[in-house]
Amino acid sequence: MSDQEHALSAPNKGKKVLPVGHYRGLGAWTVFFFVFLYLPIVVLVFYSFNANRTVMSWGGFGIEWYLKAFENDGIQKAVWNTLIVATVSTIFSTAIATIGALVLARGGNFRGKTISLGLITLPLMVPEIVTAVAVLIFFSAIGMNWGLGNVIIAHITFCIPFAFMPIRARLEGMDTSYEQAARDLYASEWETFRFVTAPLLMPGIVAGAMLAFVISMDDFIITLMVGGAGSTTLPVYIYSMIRRGLTPEINAVCTVLLFVSVAIVTAYWVVSKKSQTDTVH
Amino acid sequence: MNAWLPKSVAGRRWLGLAPSYFVIGIFMLAPMVIMAVFSFLEPNPYGGVKPEGSMAAYVKLFFEYDLEDKLVFNPGYINIIFRSFQLSLGATLACLAFGFPVAYYITLQPENKRNFYIFLITIPFWTNLLIRTFAWIIILGRGGVIETPLLAAGIIEDSLRMMYTDGAIAIGLTYSYLPLMVLPIYASLEKLDFRLLEAASDLYASRLEVMTRVVIPLCKPGIIAGSILVFIPCLGAFIAPNLLGGGKKLMLGSLVQFQFASARNWPFGAALSMLLLAVVVVVLIFYARAAKKQAAIAGGS
Repeated sequence: MSDQEHALSAPNKGKKVLPVGHYRGLGAWTVFFFVFLYLPIVVLVFYSFNANRTVMSWGGFGIEWYLKAFENDGIQKAVWNTLIVATVSTIFSTAIATIGALVLARGGNFRGKTISLGLITLPLMVPEIVTAVAVLIFFSAIGMNWGLGNVIIAHITFCIPFAFMPIRARLEGMDTSYEQAARDLYASEWETFRFVTAPLLMPGIVAGAMLAFVISMDDFIITLMVGGAGSTTLPVYIYSMIRRGLTPEINAVCTVLLFVSVAIVTAYWVVSKKSQTDTVH
Repeated sequence: MNAWLPKSVAGRRWLGLAPSYFVIGIFMLAPMVIMAVFSFLEPNPYGGVKPEGSMAAYVKLFFEYDLEDKLVFNPGYINIIFRSFQLSLGATLACLAFGFPVAYYITLQPENKRNFYIFLITIPFWTNLLIRTFAWIIILGRGGVIETPLLAAGIIEDSLRMMYTDGAIAIGLTYSYLPLMVLPIYASLEKLDFRLLEAASDLYASRLEVMTRVVIPLCKPGIIAGSILVFIPCLGAFIAPNLLGGGKKLMLGSLVQFQFASARNWPFGAALSMLLLAVVVVVLIFYARAAKKQAAIAGGS
C-alpha cells in the first residue's frame, strides 16, 4: 500500500500534492482526537495529587489523599469485595467459556451451533441496565439472597462472552495439524488435549481471563442494582463518594483502579500479540 | 481415560456447551422472561410486585390519572424517551464525525504503527466508565479545568454553567463510546483495496468524490456496526445522565434505575426495560438485513 502512495506523490508545479486517498488535516484531527480521549484521564490523575480539600482548587502537590484512601475502612472493604468477585467470576467464566469455545471451534458443524453462539454472546447485546433489572427481578422472585454470591453469579454470566472471544479466536487461528500429528503418533484423546491443544491454547485462555477480570472489576451498574448493603464493590463505593461530595480522595482511588486496569490490558495486549506471532509459523 | 465422557460426538458437544447454556439460560434468559411477566403485574408499594395481572405499567407510559380519576395523556415519560433517542442519536453522529477520519488516518499508517494506535484507542475503553465520566465533572464543572483559565483571563465573567445540561450528557456519551465507533470502521477500512481509489482518481473523480463514492460506500458495514455499538449503550446509559445531568435530566437508563432504587415501581421499570429491549431487537434485525444485503452485493460482484 505504501509503495503506490509514494509513486503518486510526485511534485506538481512546486506545490506539494497529496497522494490519492490522503486528505489535509487528518493528522491534526487525529492528534485532537487523542487529546480528547486522554485529557480526562490526565486531569483525573493530576488532581489526585492535589493537597487541597476540594478537588478543583489546586492547593499544591501532595500524596496525603492516597494515604487517606488507604486508611479508609470502607475502601478497604470494597477493594476486598471487588477482588473476591472478580477472581471467582473470572475462574468460573473462563472455565465455562473454554469448554464452550472448544466445542464451537473444534466440534465441526452441527445443528444449534449458531444458536449456541448467539446465546453465549447474548450478554454483549443486551444493554447493561436491562441485564441488571432482569437479574435483580430474578433473584427477588426466587427469594435468593446470598449477598456477594448474587453479585458473583451476575458477574460470571456477563463475563462469559468476554472470556469466550479471545479463546475462540485463538482456537480458530491454531493449526489443527499438531493435534492430528499427535493422534497419528498414538496419543490418546486426553493426551492430545493435555500435551498439545491445552498448551497451545493457553495464551488465549490467559487473555480471556484477563478481559473477564477487567470487565468484572470495572462493572458498576449491575453491581449497584444486584448488590445489597454488604456487597459494595469499589466502583459502587466510588459512586457513593461522588454523590457525597468531591474530594481528591476520589481521584486517588480512581487513579489506583485506573492503573490496575491499564496494567492488565497492557499485559493482555502483549500476550495476545505473542499468541499471534506463535501461530504464524 | 475418558470413560466418564459420553461416547457420541453429539453427546460430548452438548456436555461441553451445557455449562454455558446453564449459566446464561438460568441467569440471563430466564430473568428476561420473568422481567417480561413482571411488566404485566401490579406494583407493590414496598417494592416488588403483587400477583395481579395489569397493563398499568404500559398505560403509565402515555397516560396518568387526573384528580377525577380519569385517564389523561401525559407526555412526561414520552418526552424522556424521545430525549434519550435524540441524545443517543446525537452522540452516535458525533462519534461518527469524530471517529471516522481517525480510523481512516490509522489505515494510512504503516502496519506496526497502526497496532499501536489501536492499542491507544482501546486503553480508555477498558478502564472504568464511572471514573472516566467523573473526570468530566472536573473538566466541565463550576471552577473546573475549562472555566478557571477563562475566568482568570477575563474572557468570561460568570460560570459557563456547562454541567447538568444536555450538552454535558452528550459529551459524556460521545466520550464513553467513541472507541466502539472507531474500531469497527477501522476493521472494515483495513480491508479496503487502495487501488480502487486510484482507479476512481484516474477516472476523473475528485478527492471528495473518491471519499464519498468509493471509500464510504465500501466501509458502510463498519459504519453501520459502529453506529449500532454506540447507539444501543447510549440509549441505556445510566452513568452519564446521572453524573453529568445531575439526575434531573433523566434518560431511559436512569429512569429505569430510578424505578427500582427510589420510585419502587418495579412493573414500570420492567416495562421500560422491555421497551429498551424491543429497540435493541429492531436495531439488530435492521443490522442483520443490512449485512445480508451487503453480503449479496459482495457475492454478486
